[in-house]
Amino acid sequence: MADDLLRLEHVSKSFGALRVTDAVSLDIPKGELHALIGPNGAGKTSLIHQISGWIACDSGRIVFDGEEVTGLKMHARARRGLVRSFQITSILPRFTALENVALAVQSRSGSSLRFFGDASREPKLNGEAMQALRHVGLAEQAHRIAGTLSHGEKRGLELALALALEPKLLLLDEPMAGVGAGDGEALVGVLRDLKAHCTILLIEHDMQAVFALADRISVLVNGAIMVTGKPDDVRADAQVRAAYLGEAA
Amino acid sequence: MSTALLAVQTLNGLQLGVLLFLIAAGLTLVFGVMDFINLAHGAQYMLGAYFAVTAYGATQNFLLAIILALVGALAAGLALEVAIFRHLYGRDHLDQVLATFGVILFLNEAVRMIYGSTSLAMPMPEVLSGSIRLMPGLLYPVYRLVVIGAGIGVGLLLHVLVNHTRIGMLVRAGASNAPMVSALGVNIGRLFMIIFGIGAMLAGFAGAMVAPIFAVEPNMGDNLLILAFVVIVIGGIGSVRGAFIAALLVGLVDTLGRSFASDILRHMLSSSAANQAGPALASTLIYVLMAAVLFFKPAGLFPARA
Amino acid sequence: MQDIAASMPMTQVAPRDRSRLIVPVLLFATLALAPLLGLVGPDRYVLALFTRCVIFAIAALGLDLALGSGGLVSFGHAAFIGIGAYAAGILTASGIDDAFLLLFAALATSGFFALATGAISLKTRGVHFIMITLAFGQMAYFVANSLKAYGGDDGLTLANRSTIFGRDLLADHRVFFYVSLAMLLAVYLFARAVVRSRFGRVLRGAKENETRIAAIGFDPYPFRLVAFVISGMIAGLAGFLLAEQSEFVSPAFMTWQRSGDLIIMVMLGGMASLDGAILGALFVVLTEELLSGFTEHWRVIFGPFLVLVVLFARGGLLGLLTGRRHG
Repeated sequence: MADDLLRLEHVSKSFGALRVTDAVSLDIPKGELHALIGPNGAGKTSLIHQISGWIACDSGRIVFDGEEVTGLKMHARARRGLVRSFQITSILPRFTALENVALAVQSRSGSSLRFFGDASREPKLNGEAMQALRHVGLAEQAHRIAGTLSHGEKRGLELALALALEPKLLLLDEPMAGVGAGDGEALVGVLRDLKAHCTILLIEHDMQAVFALADRISVLVNGAIMVTGKPDDVRADAQVRAAYLGEAA
Repeated sequence: MSTALLAVQTLNGLQLGVLLFLIAAGLTLVFGVMDFINLAHGAQYMLGAYFAVTAYGATQNFLLAIILALVGALAAGLALEVAIFRHLYGRDHLDQVLATFGVILFLNEAVRMIYGSTSLAMPMPEVLSGSIRLMPGLLYPVYRLVVIGAGIGVGLLLHVLVNHTRIGMLVRAGASNAPMVSALGVNIGRLFMIIFGIGAMLAGFAGAMVAPIFAVEPNMGDNLLILAFVVIVIGGIGSVRGAFIAALLVGLVDTLGRSFASDILRHMLSSSAANQAGPALASTLIYVLMAAVLFFKPAGLFPARA
Repeated sequence: MQDIAASMPMTQVAPRDRSRLIVPVLLFATLALAPLLGLVGPDRYVLALFTRCVIFAIAALGLDLALGSGGLVSFGHAAFIGIGAYAAGILTASGIDDAFLLLFAALATSGFFALATGAISLKTRGVHFIMITLAFGQMAYFVANSLKAYGGDDGLTLANRSTIFGRDLLADHRVFFYVSLAMLLAVYLFARAVVRSRFGRVLRGAKENETRIAAIGFDPYPFRLVAFVISGMIAGLAGFLLAEQSEFVSPAFMTWQRSGDLIIMVMLGGMASLDGAILGALFVVLTEELLSGFTEHWRVIFGPFLVLVVLFARGGLLGLLTGRRHG
C-alpha cells in the first residue's frame, strides 16, 4: 500500500542452522502504533536488528518511506528517520544526559565536520535536547553524568535520544523492561503522546501496555509471524492463545 | 637460483616457522583464553636461552641444560603471572600493553646487567654438530634439522594435549568462551596458570634450542615477538592449529622472501633498483601477507572464538 | 544567583573548567622559563633537553587525539615522526632548506601516509587494529632502513638547520626552542578546540559507545579517519622539529619501541587529557635523561615503575596530581 511507512517483504535470517527470521512480511502504515509480541526467543529483537540495520538480513526487502533500505547501514537508516532504541540500555555513560541528547540533535543539525566552536555550548542543540528530556521527564537530570542515572532514568534517556532525532518510524525494543509500576504508567503516557508524532513499532512483554497502546499487533513465534491484526482479534485468536497468551489473557 | 639454494632456504624457513610456532602457541592461548596481550612473551624466549647457557655452564651437559632451562622458564613465567599478570586480566588491552611493555624493559635490562651486552654462546652437542647430505650439492646442519623436528614434535604433542585430553578440552572451551567455563564451576584461576605455564615453557624451550645457533643477547626476543603477533593474527586468536600453520607460512615467506626478493625484482626492474628495493620489500612481505589475510578473513584463518 | 545554584544538581560539569586552566598555564610558564635554567648549567644541554621535551610533547598531543579521544590504539605512530623527519632530511640533502617548504613536506607526507594506512587500518578494530598499525609502522621503518642513498640504518646527517626566508634564524638554539614552544602552544590550542568541537564530540562518543553513535546517525569511520590523519600530521610536525634539532635523521626514530614510548607518554599523563599528554611526554623524556645520568641500566627502574602505574594509578600521573580519575 502506498501509505505504508515500513514494508518488510519476506525478510529472512539464519545463524547457521538456526532460522531466527522466517520470511517475515509486514506492512506498517503511517501513524500506526504496531506492537510485536511473542515468546522469548521468537526473534523479535533480531527482527529489530534487521529493520534498523544493525545486522543485514540474508534475503528479503525492507522498504522505508518508499525507499529501499535493505543494503543501508544503521547510521544511514537513522538519518532517514528510521530510529531505534535498545533493549539493553545503550547510552554514552561518561557524557551528561544533556550531552547525550544534544549529540542526537547535532546529527540532524548540519555538518559535524566542524573543528572549532564549543559544541556543548550551542544554544540550539541544547535547547532542543532539553525539550526531548522534558518530554520524558528528565529535565532535572540534564547535567548529571548519564552513567549515574537510575535504571528507569536511563530507559527514559534511551527514549529521549530516539525522540531527539525526530524519527518518522520509532523502533522501541522493550522500553518498559525493568521499569517499576509508577514509572511504567508514566511511560505509557509518554508513548501515547508520541503516537501523534510518529509511527511506532513496539516490542513489549507488558501486555497491559500493549493492549492499551497498539492499533495492531503482530505475533512472532519461532521467527515467523503467526498472525497480524487488531488487538481484540489477536487476543481472541486460538493459535495465539495456545502459543503465547495462555487462557489468562 | 639453484634447487639446492631453494631447498636450504626452505629448510631455514621451516626452522624459523617452527620457532615462531613455539612462541606463538603460548601467545595465542593466553590471548584467546584470558584475553591478555602479553608483550613480555618474547622475553620469555630470551630467558629460556639465557637459562640454557647458564645451566650448561654449570653442568656441561646439553640435555640437562635444556631441562633446567625449561624449569627456569616455567618458574619465571609463573612468577610473572602471579605477581603481575593475573591482576591485568579483564583490564583494557591498552593497560596490558603498557604493563607488559614495562616488563620487557625490566627483563631486557636485568639480563643486560647480569650477563652484559655481548652475546653469549653455547656449544652444541658433538653428535649433532655435523652436516648431512640431503641431496647432491646440499649439506644441511644436523642440529637445525633437530630443531625443526623438535618443533614439529612439540606441535604434535600440543595437538594431542589440546584435542584429546580433558585439560585440552577446557583450554578450547576457554578460548571459545572463558566466562562460561568459569560459570560452569571450573577453577578458572588454576586453568589460567596452567595455560600460562605451558606457554612460558614453550617459549623457553624455543630459546633454549636456539642457544647454540643464534646469538644469545638482550633484546633477542623483541623482533621475534612482533613476528609472533603477526602469526597469531594470521592464524586466528586462540587457535593452536592456526598458530602452527601461520607460523610455518610466515617463516617460509619471510626467509624465502629475503633470499629471493632481489632476484625476482631483477626480472622487472633495473639491477640497482632491484638491489635497493629488494631488502625493503622482503622485510615488509609478511606484513603485506597479514594485511591480505585480514582483508579476506578479518578474524584470521582459524578463529577460535564463537 | 542563589536560585540558579539551588536549581542545579550537585554533579555539575562546569566548575571543572576553571581548575583545568591551572595545569596548562603552569606547564607553559615553566617551559617558557626553561632556557633561563641554562644560565646555571651547561647552556646547550638543558636547552636541548627541553627542546626535546617540547618536541615529544607535540607528538604525544597528536597521539592523544587519536588514542585518548578516539580510542584508536595506534602502535605505529613513531612512523609519522620518522616520515616527517625524513621528509626534512631528504629535502635538505637535496639542497632545499627553506623551513616552510620542509615543514609543508613533512606535514604532507605524514598526512598522506596516515590517510592511506588509516583508511585500511580503520576497517579493523581491537587487537587487529593494533597489529595493523604496528605492521605499517614496521614497514615504514624497514623502508627507511633500506634507503642506502640516505644512510640506511646509519641515518642521515643534515648539513644545517633550515632557513626562514633565507636567514639562519633557527641556528640559534634559543630561537629554535621558542619556535618549537610556539608550535606546541598552537597544537595544544588546536587540539583543545578539536576535542570540544562538534567533530570531537562525535569522535569521543564513538569511543564511548560505537553502536549508540551509529544509532544516532553517525558513521564513525570518516570521523576516525580524519582524527587519525590530523594525529599523524601533528606527529609529522614533531618529526620535522626533531630532524631540525638533532640535525640528524635515522630509522631508529620509528621503531615499534618508540611507538610504545609514545603510548606510554599519553597513558602516563592520563588518557584523553591533553594536559596529561604534555605532562607525560615531559615526564618520560626527563626521567629517561635523569635516570640514565645515574645508571645506564635506568630501564630496570623505569620498567617496574610503568607496571606500578598501570596497576595502581589508573588516572595516570595527572590523576595522581589532581586527585581526579581520567580515562
